[in-house]
Amino acid sequence: MSLAPHLPALQVVIPLLAAPLTVLLRRRGLSFALVLAASWLALAIAVSLWWRVHDSGPISYAMGSWPAPWGIEYRVDALNAFMLVLVTGIAALVLPYSRASLLAEVPPQQHYLFYTMFSLCLAGLLGITITGDAFNIFVFLEISALSSYVLIALGRDRRALLASYQYLVMGTIGATFIVIGIGLLYLMTGTLNLADMGNRIGAVQGTRPVLAALAFLTVGISLKLALFPLHQWLPNAYTYAPSAVSAFLAATATKVAVYVLLRFYFSVFGHSQVFGRLPMQEAMLLLALAGMFVAAAIAIVQSDLRRLFAYSSISQVGYIILGLSFDSKTGLVATIVHLFNHGITKGAVFMLLGCVALVMGGTTLARVQGLGRRMPLTSFGIVLCGLSLIGVPGTAGFVSKWYLILAAVQQGQWWLVFLIVLSSLLAVAYVWRFIEAAYFHEPRRDIEVGTTVPWSMAVPAALLVLATLYFGFDTSFTVESATRAAGQLMAGRP
Amino acid sequence: MTDSAVGMTLGGHFTYFITIFLMMAGLFIVIARGNLIKNLVGLGIFQTSVYLLYIAPGKLVGGTAPILAAGFTVYSNPLPHVLILTAIVVGVATLALGLALVVRIREAYGSIEEDEILALDAQPGGRAQAE
Repeated sequence: MSLAPHLPALQVVIPLLAAPLTVLLRRRGLSFALVLAASWLALAIAVSLWWRVHDSGPISYAMGSWPAPWGIEYRVDALNAFMLVLVTGIAALVLPYSRASLLAEVPPQQHYLFYTMFSLCLAGLLGITITGDAFNIFVFLEISALSSYVLIALGRDRRALLASYQYLVMGTIGATFIVIGIGLLYLMTGTLNLADMGNRIGAVQGTRPVLAALAFLTVGISLKLALFPLHQWLPNAYTYAPSAVSAFLAATATKVAVYVLLRFYFSVFGHSQVFGRLPMQEAMLLLALAGMFVAAAIAIVQSDLRRLFAYSSISQVGYIILGLSFDSKTGLVATIVHLFNHGITKGAVFMLLGCVALVMGGTTLARVQGLGRRMPLTSFGIVLCGLSLIGVPGTAGFVSKWYLILAAVQQGQWWLVFLIVLSSLLAVAYVWRFIEAAYFHEPRRDIEVGTTVPWSMAVPAALLVLATLYFGFDTSFTVESATRAAGQLMAGRP
Repeated sequence: MTDSAVGMTLGGHFTYFITIFLMMAGLFIVIARGNLIKNLVGLGIFQTSVYLLYIAPGKLVGGTAPILAAGFTVYSNPLPHVLILTAIVVGVATLALGLALVVRIREAYGSIEEDEILALDAQPGGRAQAE
C-alpha cells in the first residue's frame, strides 16, 4: 500500500496526532523532538503536494472514501498548496527556534504543553487550508483559535492573560459570525461542500439569506484577519505572547484567514455576487486604505518594538485586502504574493525581536538603544525586514507592492498609486524609529547584556531573513504560484 | 418550495425570531458588560443562538428519523444535529478556556472587572509587579 494518495489527509493527521502524544510523553525533550519531526514531515508533505498540483492539477481526496459532496472532501489546488507551503515552512522554522526561546520565557514544566498546543494550532491552520468543506473550516478554525489563545496566555507578563482573554472573546464572536454565515448558506444550498455550494448558489443568487451570509462571513473573517477596525485583539496578543508564538501567529494565522476570505469570495459566492450586488469593492477599498494609514501612523508612536511591528502587521493586512478589492487578476496576484511575502517578513521580524528580548531583556525602544553595536547582525536583520515592509527593491516586499501598483495602474486609478507610495513613507517612518534607536544612540550602560543568541534561534531567524531577500530577487516560485492560483480563482473570466 | 407562502407567516418563522433575539441579547451582553464572567455568559448565549439557527430548519413537521420503512415518507434532516453536536463541543471548550483564563486573571490582578484591570495596567508600577 502506498501512502502517496493519502498525503492530503496525512498533512493534517500527523500534527493532530502529535498533539495528544506529547501530553502522554510529558517530557520536554521528547515532545520537542516529536513535534519537530511532525512539522518537518508536514513541510515535506506540503512541498510534495505543491509539486503534484503544479504538475497535474488540483487533487481531490475523499475523507473515509465517502465521495463528495456527501462526504468531507479535502481539495488541494494552486492556492491552498501555496498556503500549505507557507504555513508548514514557518512552523518548521519556528519549532527549532522555540526551544531556546521558551527556556527564557516559559516555566520548563509547561514546555510539553506548549508543544501540544503548537501542533494543535498547526493542525488547525493546515485543516482550514486544505479542507473543501464549509463546516470543517469552522471546526479547524476553532481548533487553531483555541490553541492560539493558550499559546498567547503562556506569556510571562500578566497582560498576556488579558490579551488572550480579549482575543478569545473577539475570536469567538468572529468564529460565530462565520458559522452563522455557513449555516445560512447551508440552508439555501443544502450542501456544505465548497465546490458544490459554488455550483448551486447560482439558483439562489441575490436572495436575502445569501447576501446576509456574505455579510456575516465578511465581518467574521475580517475579525480573524485583523482588518481595520476589527484589529483590536492583535497588538496585545502579539506583544505579550512568547516570542516563538508571536513569530508563528504573525506569519500564519491572519494569512490563513485571508485565504478563507478568498475561498468564500471567489470559489463560493463568485465575484458577480460579491462585487455586483453589494458595494463590497468600495467598502473593502476604504477599510484597506484606512488600515494602511491609521495603523501605520499608530505604529510610528509606539514605544515597544513588538507593538510597533504588530501595528505594522495591521497596516500590511490593508495592502492584502487592497489587492482583493481591485477584483482583477493582477490585484489577486498582489494579494496572494503579499500573503506569502508579508508572512515570511513578519515571521523574521518577530523571531529577531525574540532574540533581542532574550539578550537585552525587553524590546522597548529605550532598551534597544545602541543595538547596532551590541547585536550588529540581529539589528541588521531587522533593518532588512524593515526595508521589505517598506517595499524597497531587492526585498520581497517590493515584489508585492509592484503588483499592487500594477493592478492600480491597470484600472487607471493613479490616485491609488500615489496613496500606496505615501503609505510606504509611513512605513519608512516607523522603521526609522528602530534605526534611530539602534544606530544613533550610545549603548545603554545600565543594561547588562545577559547572554548571546543561541544558534538554534539565530539560524532559523537568519534563514527567514535570507528568504525575505531571496524572494525579492527570484520571484518564480511566489509569483508563478500566485498567478496560477489567481487564474483558478478567476476561472471563466477575462 | 410551494409551501413557502405558509412559512412566511410570523408563526412559521418564530424560531428565527427566537434565534435573532438570543443572538442580539448575547452580543449586547458581550459589548455592554465589563465583568469578564458576564462577558462569557453573553458569549455563551450568542453561540447557543446559532445551535437553534441550524437545528430548527432540519426538523419537518411530521418528519421521522431518516430510516427507510414502510409507511414513512417524510424525513427530518439529521445532518444539522450532527454539525451542532460539534459546535456544542467547541462552545464548551471555549467557555472552559475562557473561565480558566478568568481564574488566572483574578490571580494575577485580583479583579475580574475589565476597567479595574486596565487601570491597574495603566499604573506606572503595573509592569514591575507583573514580572
